[in-house]
Amino acid sequence: MTQPVSMSSAETLPLPEGLQGVVADWSSDQRAFKDVPWGKAMMWIFLLSDTFIFSCFLISYMTVRMSTTEPWPNPSEVFALTLWGKNIPLILIAIMTFVLISSSGTMAMAVKFGYEKNRKMTFVLLLITAALGATFVGMQAFEWTKLIEEGVRPWGNPMGAAQFGASFFMITGFHGTHVSIGVIFLIIVAIKVLRGDLDHERPGFLTGRKGNYEIVETMGLYWHFVDLVWVFIFAFFYLW
Amino acid sequence: MAHAQGQQHPIGIYLKIWGLLFVLSTASYLVDYFHFQGYLRWFLIIVFMLLKAGLIVAVFMHMIWERLALVYAILVPPLLLIVLLGIGALEADYTFFTRGAFFGAPAHTPAQHVPAQHR
Repeated sequence: MTQPVSMSSAETLPLPEGLQGVVADWSSDQRAFKDVPWGKAMMWIFLLSDTFIFSCFLISYMTVRMSTTEPWPNPSEVFALTLWGKNIPLILIAIMTFVLISSSGTMAMAVKFGYEKNRKMTFVLLLITAALGATFVGMQAFEWTKLIEEGVRPWGNPMGAAQFGASFFMITGFHGTHVSIGVIFLIIVAIKVLRGDLDHERPGFLTGRKGNYEIVETMGLYWHFVDLVWVFIFAFFYLW
Repeated sequence: MAHAQGQQHPIGIYLKIWGLLFVLSTASYLVDYFHFQGYLRWFLIIVFMLLKAGLIVAVFMHMIWERLALVYAILVPPLLLIVLLGIGALEADYTFFTRGAFFGAPAHTPAQHVPAQHR
């Protein structure tokens, strides 16, 4: 990359809005996604493919749950915890939901401070996001340990339908993997921000592309997607 | 639109959406806590889920500020999943019926939320 890629200098004409804009963008004989860095468009397309993967898991879960003649274990009871002498249904999952939503909030603010080139705030917010993500994974590990001790296995469990374990480990395991990768990714971006790589346009380790604050937003898209998937898992697996 | 410098929006909108997501999550947790059952439960779960998902995609992921070409390219293809959902539901109904017929379990009771030991 010898020539700096400029975002707006090539587009001197005003772009049409609305449906006309869709047609004009796609038929322009140029890149279709105007006004976004290509890294961001590619992250969106990756997330689209990830949407299909998680949808396949959730739809297969629906299929096995609808087709089993055994009663499905009641998630409200399976995921209950005894706190302060009281049995509270689903409390661990509720706390995990709030932790993940909070991490999404701090991530959104990190993107904002990144574009303002406020290095310190961006770094701190990215680190808080990573810490909340790690907390989430820790709680999930606790949940897995608890269920495995209670005899839940991918091929059966003492509470009811055998398919419960397979669905549970597959769906939450894949989601937890996404969160873990996100935490690593967040720490890497946080270090880049702190070192000033993005301000000084230092080339990346793998790509050689010049650093800029757009990568914080691209990272943010991935992180919000992880939260988005959890919204669906929470509704369909834990509440249904 | 501040596209030249990327997506820049006042911090207040993020904090408001954050608050809304907390309220909606609490609401969906309360659906379980107060033991709503049947269609009311499913309706509320889906409404709160779609509201949360919409807020995250629209504001946190900046979708309402993007050009329509990108919005359509990302949000239209997942509609195909409705077909897969339909196929899965048809197949599951058939499997349930066949299991009932061959394994002798009562095919007319889905028997959800009944602990195994009380059967």
